[in-house]
Amino acid sequence: MKRETTINLLLAAVLLALPLVAAGMGEPFYVTLATRVVVLALAAVGLNLALGLGGLLSFGHAAFFGLGGYAAGILATHAFNAEPLFAGIPGTTSMPLIWLVAVLVAGLVALPIGAISLRTTGVYFIMITLAFAQMIYYFAISWPAYGGEDGLSIYVRNAFPGINTAQPLPYFLVCFAVLMAALLLFRLIEGSRFGSALQAARQNGVRLAAVGIPPFKIRLVAFMLSAMITGLAGALYADLNRFVGPSMLSWHMSGELMVLIILGGKGRLFGPVAGAMIFVSLEYVLGGITERWQFFLGLILLGIVLFARGGFLGLVSGKPRHV
Amino acid sequence: MFTALLIEQLLNGLQLGVMLFLMAAGLTLIFGVMGLINLAHGSLYMIGAFACATVAAATGSFWLGLIASLAAAAGVGALIEVAVIRRLYDRDHLDQVLATFALILILSEGARWLFGSFPLYLDIPKLLQGAVPLPGGGQYQLYRLAIIAVGILVAVGLYLLISKTRLGMRIRAGESDREMIGALGVDISTLYTVVFALGAALAGLAGALVGALQSVQVGMGEPVLILAFVVIVIGGIGSIKGALVGAVIVGVVDTMGRFLLPSLLALTMPAAQATTIGAALASMLIYVVMALILAFRPSGLFAAQS
Amino acid sequence: MSEPILEIRDLRKSFNALKATDGVSLDLHPGQIHALIGPNGAGKSTLIHQIAGSLKADSGTIRFLGQDIGGLDMAARARLGLARSFQISSLAQEFSALRNVMLAVQAKEGSSFRFFRQVTADRSLIDPAMTVLERVGLAHRAQISAAELSHGERRQLEIAIALALSPKAFLFDEPMAGMGPESSKQLTAFLDGLRQEAPMLLVEHDMDAVFALADRISVLVYGRIIATGTVDEIRRDPEVRRAYLGEAA
Repeated sequence: MKRETTINLLLAAVLLALPLVAAGMGEPFYVTLATRVVVLALAAVGLNLALGLGGLLSFGHAAFFGLGGYAAGILATHAFNAEPLFAGIPGTTSMPLIWLVAVLVAGLVALPIGAISLRTTGVYFIMITLAFAQMIYYFAISWPAYGGEDGLSIYVRNAFPGINTAQPLPYFLVCFAVLMAALLLFRLIEGSRFGSALQAARQNGVRLAAVGIPPFKIRLVAFMLSAMITGLAGALYADLNRFVGPSMLSWHMSGELMVLIILGGKGRLFGPVAGAMIFVSLEYVLGGITERWQFFLGLILLGIVLFARGGFLGLVSGKPRHV
Repeated sequence: MFTALLIEQLLNGLQLGVMLFLMAAGLTLIFGVMGLINLAHGSLYMIGAFACATVAAATGSFWLGLIASLAAAAGVGALIEVAVIRRLYDRDHLDQVLATFALILILSEGARWLFGSFPLYLDIPKLLQGAVPLPGGGQYQLYRLAIIAVGILVAVGLYLLISKTRLGMRIRAGESDREMIGALGVDISTLYTVVFALGAALAGLAGALVGALQSVQVGMGEPVLILAFVVIVIGGIGSIKGALVGAVIVGVVDTMGRFLLPSLLALTMPAAQATTIGAALASMLIYVVMALILAFRPSGLFAAQS
Repeated sequence: MSEPILEIRDLRKSFNALKATDGVSLDLHPGQIHALIGPNGAGKSTLIHQIAGSLKADSGTIRFLGQDIGGLDMAARARLGLARSFQISSLAQEFSALRNVMLAVQAKEGSSFRFFRQVTADRSLIDPAMTVLERVGLAHRAQISAAELSHGERRQLEIAIALALSPKAFLFDEPMAGMGPESSKQLTAFLDGLRQEAPMLLVEHDMDAVFALADRISVLVYGRIIATGTVDEIRRDPEVRRAYLGEAA
């Protein structure tokens, strides 16, 4: 077995085992912390598809994360208040339905954003994706119907058939299962024809076009798929916190998702998972030591970017083998 | 009366544009010469504002504060260029984004450490207090006019600096051909530090000037930074002229949108509804403008020849 | 003579004051290798870029298989059967030689929007790709990443990718560039056999190769074609000798 595969399995096992132990010891806080890791990892898996495989440096994925969150919040609020959404369509508290809506909304919004942004490259792409995310952020703040600046509370966590999601551990397991499914999907896409074309688009878009595959279309579809996964994570995140607010849409969030990927290892299957584990642990440990934890987080991050290229998985499993 | 209001709002738009130009000029200069995308540029804006507020409070002189803001922003800029930024010139944009994102965390939290979480306030200097009458009635704050004047002076100054001086020649050489400036015998790393410090000083100046109009607090640079990004994307990254034109477009469109959209909508719907919808739409307007411009000119209005 | 596969009429392209392509007309006929020669900076690569679609012409028409392709992008032209190689090798550097060729097979064979079937187990991609690699003599290096191949091998891989597209015409931009005399000779022999598969527009500085291969030659100087003809006609043309061959000799 490849070394990286072993490490990946180990990471998954640790991530699954910790909350089980914590729940057994009656420490629900750590279960929730682990759920946070899982959901952030899922969001970053989405970004990793665009950024890692496709080389698309989206600095606006918070938009999709937040949209997924607002999808969950808005549907749940309407269901809670028994008000129809529009045209007589009711809200819902069913997670599978909410996830479907979150994924569709994220994908639909990613279509025009991607179609405009992907006409550009390099720094332009970074700044334009950032600008579009800010547009949605400011819209959320100034639109009072769903809480505006204050955000929206979800009073009762939405329901998944047959599972008591109000309990931390079952909800963790739901999220964990979704993450594993997303990782499987990522692996499949990576090895597929589409994945080949996407990786070729990153390495050399001109070459891809020269054999007759339009890089723009490949990148656009990848951008949408990526947004959809991140949007799904947003819905889970809203349910985890039972709250959604503009902060989910903020550019700090976009930056954090990028950070997760770089911490773990860009383009690697478990990069986002390792990254989220490290990031949340750092946040938790530093936050326990000092109020100024962001200062030290910044220093650590700076050190990693400057001196430890390749992220955690790059350090422990060496250079990826390209086939 | 409406005319006076319109003129006032136009001037406000111009003032916002000028302020954005001070930010965008530095960003675009740094990108043009060193190929670096600097997210921490907003932190330099914040540093300028804090320096000005602190020195003005200690000495009672806004003007000393203004000098302090230039010195502090340029100094911190030069420091982080030497310590961090110069390691990033050869890196890809992703590394630049993340490293400068980390700098934001450090500088913001550092500022909170030094100055606390409460906002500081900066008074408008006596010389510039008061207002001037506007045609059609109404008055306009003298201080805001002064900001516009400073912006125009800086634009002219930058133009002269870049087209007429030895430093400007080196900057232009750096934009077109990095190997050439080496061949000219210019010390590249010093040039880069100087350019970065210059951009930082402009950001600091912007922060100090705006500090007297709103409160000085941690995080104040971030919304401005993102608007400045929109400006240079519209104007064409690397182009100072583009930064000027883009800044005025963004400043005026944003201000006028906030002013006019609610009134326009009020023609077709109840006033309260028009206000909320108008405000929400106005907050998105500049991004729509950006998208439209990019749809026709993917590298901005004045894209530098690459 | 048969209908031309590729028909270029009065093509023009300027970069500011520089007329890189100044009213070029040219026909590529079935079964032929048509060489394009000229001094450095004559606009040969610019012309190839416009035909392949990586640069847009200012004016003029390009017809391929009877269809005006001037409005199509590079990928669409490639799908019609226009296969190019690059003056400076342009490959997916991290992919193995095999994966590079498989990409071409995948492009030719159908949709790239398939998300589940794994390419590493897809015989319908691997087998044709290996066949092509064997033809160009690169089969033993199939698993080596493009970045680790030697310069000559990368040139071969460029040819292999073009072959894998089973194109209707080849556009080769200096395929011998940077190759030693021995490899150049081998590649010349190989290209010689290709003209029966599809006609070829060949930009090349290696005059031995050009004179050995070309059915027709066009000479491009300062963006204009100053002469077109058979090898012998071009050799004898006084203007060509003055403008170009005289300098080279």
